[in-house]
Amino acid sequence: MKMHQLSMFLENKPGRLSEPCRLLANAGINILTLSVADTQQFGILRLIVPDWEAAKGVLEKAGFVVNVTEVVATEVVDQPGGLATILEIIEEVGLNIEYMYAFTFRCNDKAVIVFRFDNNDIAVTALQAKGISVVGGVELYERARQ
Amino acid sequence: MNTFAIDNQILDKEETMPRTELQALQLKRLRETVARAMNVPFYKKEFAERGITPDSIQTLSDVRRLPFTTKEDMRSNYPLGLCAVPRTELARIHGSSGTTGMPTFVGYTHQDLKTWARLCARFLVAGGLRPGHTAQIAFGYGLFTGGFGLHYGVEEVGAAVLPVSSGNTTRQVQLMRDLQPDALICTPSYALNIAEVARGMGIDPRTLSLRFAHFGGEMWTEDMRRQIEAEMDLAAFNNYGLSEIIGPGVSGDCAARSGMHIQEDHFLVECLDPESLEPTEDYTYGELVITALTREAMPMIRYRTRDIAALDPCVCECGRTTVRMTRVMGRTDDMLIIRGVNVFPSQIEEALFQVEGTSPHYLVEVNRPDRLDEITVKVELRPEFLSDKMSVMQTLRDSIVRRIQTVAGVHAKVELLAPQTLERSAGKAVRVIDRRNLQG
Repeated sequence: MKMHQLSMFLENKPGRLSEPCRLLANAGINILTLSVADTQQFGILRLIVPDWEAAKGVLEKAGFVVNVTEVVATEVVDQPGGLATILEIIEEVGLNIEYMYAFTFRCNDKAVIVFRFDNNDIAVTALQAKGISVVGGVELYERARQ
Repeated sequence: MNTFAIDNQILDKEETMPRTELQALQLKRLRETVARAMNVPFYKKEFAERGITPDSIQTLSDVRRLPFTTKEDMRSNYPLGLCAVPRTELARIHGSSGTTGMPTFVGYTHQDLKTWARLCARFLVAGGLRPGHTAQIAFGYGLFTGGFGLHYGVEEVGAAVLPVSSGNTTRQVQLMRDLQPDALICTPSYALNIAEVARGMGIDPRTLSLRFAHFGGEMWTEDMRRQIEAEMDLAAFNNYGLSEIIGPGVSGDCAARSGMHIQEDHFLVECLDPESLEPTEDYTYGELVITALTREAMPMIRYRTRDIAALDPCVCECGRTTVRMTRVMGRTDDMLIIRGVNVFPSQIEEALFQVEGTSPHYLVEVNRPDRLDEITVKVELRPEFLSDKMSVMQTLRDSIVRRIQTVAGVHAKVELLAPQTLERSAGKAVRVIDRRNLQG
């Protein structure tokens, strides 16, 4: 149960972030969540969108280089200890987290945490074995629409 | 009232010769140089084509009939094809400080080395060095002419040498504190580096024993001179030279410090428009073209230095009668001198080429934001090497930095760019933007 994430390399300059956002907006594509990892000179924009293929097409048409990577989205109760439980499981199987970011939906008490592990498959197996809900793309988009 | 920074001393009578006498000496030596150059196949052929013999040189302006010598000529006569003496006559071989993959070598006879030491001694004395002083040499000792050239110059003055060579800046400061040298000899940017490190060690460089500094090997400005003098509490003197001609010692500041006196009894210097190759007006910038008048091992005829400077024939208040030259304010070719290291854009390109993930689209920017040269290489990445992981991008950037360091010998800041970011040019791509202002 993995989902697709789009990522783009952006120079750390005014206007660099707004351009892809505007392109997606014009195409009627909503961004479920995003994260920006930045250094002084460049950043990496990571996006989760409902229709990643359409979004990729829109961005590429405008000249952006878009990477598609698989990430793992887990659902936890939005309360103290929610994230710690997940991290302990990952620690036990000896995996590294390349990066992660989190978001919540308005309509329920769950938080969704998006992970990029150095081995996503092992992570999914380990998390599911401990009863953590790993959400797939379709499921997530359905929920976002509620 | 004079404007001397220090007490004004002149080592040799040749420095104050009446102009007519000096020019007669130059003419005699130019003829001798042409005669010596006949022993070099390259010059022999060039002279034959132009009908040049020592006797055909009647006046100094006849130098304009002689052929130019370029860096390329040195390369095509690699390694020592421009020597006029048998290999057994050589006393030393130096090389260009550059790391262009194809070095150039310069041979010296014993007499050449004596001449060179004397020329260095002249500008050192003009800049305050006296017998009994100690000079710390922080130029690299090796093929580069800076270290050994100044070393024997200091000895010729009768002062003591502290031959530290370049690098290990903490140690440089410790030695200054413990051995109390009177003079520092290095590149100006390295002096600032030393000052900075000293402060970091809790030592105020102004409290050190240094009173004089002799700087060369790279372009610098009056602003930088003022800054170094304020930071280190010393008097800084500029000198100029290049390995192809002899090394340091072609010219140097006097106590008045309003231009470097060219050692005209040993060098005939022309200042030419690099395009038309016609002489420029006095005080007008052009390319320095130098004929070495006394070199035995490697007579150098009209060497195109690519260095841009202007000449000042006005009589100096120090008493020397020699023509002065301004600081070198630029280079005619694209070679970049970064903190004294010669860097060619082609080397940057080569380094980029060796790192997987880079594209051939790059831009080199040179700045001097905080006294030291800073080189930034902006390079577009190939699409398939863009990653969502920061660690991957940073590893790629670090490997480019290391590659440039290895190939070009400089530490560059590397900026990664997305594909299609740099402006494409229809004609020759602009690869280098030099934003250093060296006219101050």
